[in-house]
Amino acid sequence: MLINQNKCVACGNCVAVCPMGAIYVDQAKNRATINDDACVECGTCYRGMSAEHLNPTFVRFVRKAAKFFRFRFEPEPDVCPTGAFEMNELQMPRLIRQIFSDPVVEHKSTGIKGRGTEEVKTNDVSARVRTGEVGYTIEFGRPGVGVRFADIQEMTQTLAKRNITFEANNPITHLMTDVKTGDLREDILGEKILSAIVEIKTKLDRVEDVLRIVEEVNHRIDTVTAVGISTRCDEEGEDNLLAPLLEDLGFQFERAKTNMGLGKITNRVTLSKVENINV
Amino acid sequence: MTNTLHRYGNADSFNDDYIIFAIPSVGKNDEESIPKLKEFLRICTKHNPVNLGNGNRGSLAPDKSLSPTVHWTREVNPDWNQVIEGVNKPGTVSAVFANKEDAEACLSEIIEADFGISVNMSTSVTNAKDAAKNCSIKRHSVEYALAFNDPHDHLPNSQVLELSTMCGHGMISFNLARKMLDMVREGRRTSDQAAVTLTRFCPCGVYNPIRAKRLLEEASKEQR
Repeated sequence: MLINQNKCVACGNCVAVCPMGAIYVDQAKNRATINDDACVECGTCYRGMSAEHLNPTFVRFVRKAAKFFRFRFEPEPDVCPTGAFEMNELQMPRLIRQIFSDPVVEHKSTGIKGRGTEEVKTNDVSARVRTGEVGYTIEFGRPGVGVRFADIQEMTQTLAKRNITFEANNPITHLMTDVKTGDLREDILGEKILSAIVEIKTKLDRVEDVLRIVEEVNHRIDTVTAVGISTRCDEEGEDNLLAPLLEDLGFQFERAKTNMGLGKITNRVTLSKVENINV
Repeated sequence: MTNTLHRYGNADSFNDDYIIFAIPSVGKNDEESIPKLKEFLRICTKHNPVNLGNGNRGSLAPDKSLSPTVHWTREVNPDWNQVIEGVNKPGTVSAVFANKEDAEACLSEIIEADFGISVNMSTSVTNAKDAAKNCSIKRHSVEYALAFNDPHDHLPNSQVLELSTMCGHGMISFNLARKMLDMVREGRRTSDQAAVTLTRFCPCGVYNPIRAKRLLEEASKEQR
């Protein structure tokens, strides 16, 4: 991401907008500036802010005059008055920041936007998590903190040592050089991203083990984690296994994403291949 | 954990927050799904949604060609058609509702439409369970959101978290949520204006401006 220094009028609106706190007004230059190491290329400043395209020289003069008289001009907080943000073309490894941080950029590896996969959102047609199984989405960096791949690797290596296998179609799994050890590509380890999701699946009896591993590793890595944990309901639409277990283990859960079971396999080719699938 | 599960709050605070979304599955039912996704959104518009999204834009989007008079005359009209017409490939489409009646009426009509695409509801565990029961369907699967693990104390107070996490992709910064809270507290913006400002930063259209307005009003009456 770039801020055109000829256009910027140092109004400071973008400082609050950045989810990573990577933008600041450089007092010496009197221009907004991006800390490239902290920036995750999420595009919030470029895409999320509206723009006016005012004449920068005129705006600077007005701001200077107002400042002298201690007036506070209060522009709309989501507007860049001169449209100073510009998206630059990124190369690997920095490109990985944008891929994992900008939600309107599609992951080439999964074909969908976002940091995960379809998870149980399509479980009614994918049968990804079956009766007696538990799916996990272990997320790093959200909300609002960010994470480096080296910290994600700390988790994947620990999980791999405990014989946990990773969801093959997940973007993080695609970045592993060895899925048996959880090692990630070396060239990206220092890159910071807004968030990433590791997806795994176990039997019900490993729930406590996995959740304790996540908590324990989180103490060693400087970010936040959040776990989504999923299950297949029974024929009556009830979950009499996972929810009671989580309550017994002392985990709180207020919110859930509920698959209502309305999906059907309708693609012609797939339908002929999976007639016997048990979802 | 995925986007709409990040919403911070207790179960009661989700009583004005229901998200219904449709998602085709790659290789299973994504063929010819675009007209179905558009029709899904059209049905949603009949039930008083407070936001609509197609993965690329929400109903309140940034404007890249504002004039200087915008500071006094900015229009706030959710644009459902732009969202519906913007569906150009198989992907997640969503609608946000601010009460149980609208959400359940919408779900009921979606069931009747029988698109054959997976439909999910994101709200409190109980709200979704009740919705399934009231619409006479059985839940297929459920993903619970466990609390954030934050051993290094990175996260801000609950007011800021509630406002910022409604964009599950994390596009609404803690600092912007704080700024809007301050502007409302200081009388520099109304809660409506602040809620709309926050909503524009959510590119997927799952932000709930009605819940945001309520949270801003509640927060403006107490300091933390």
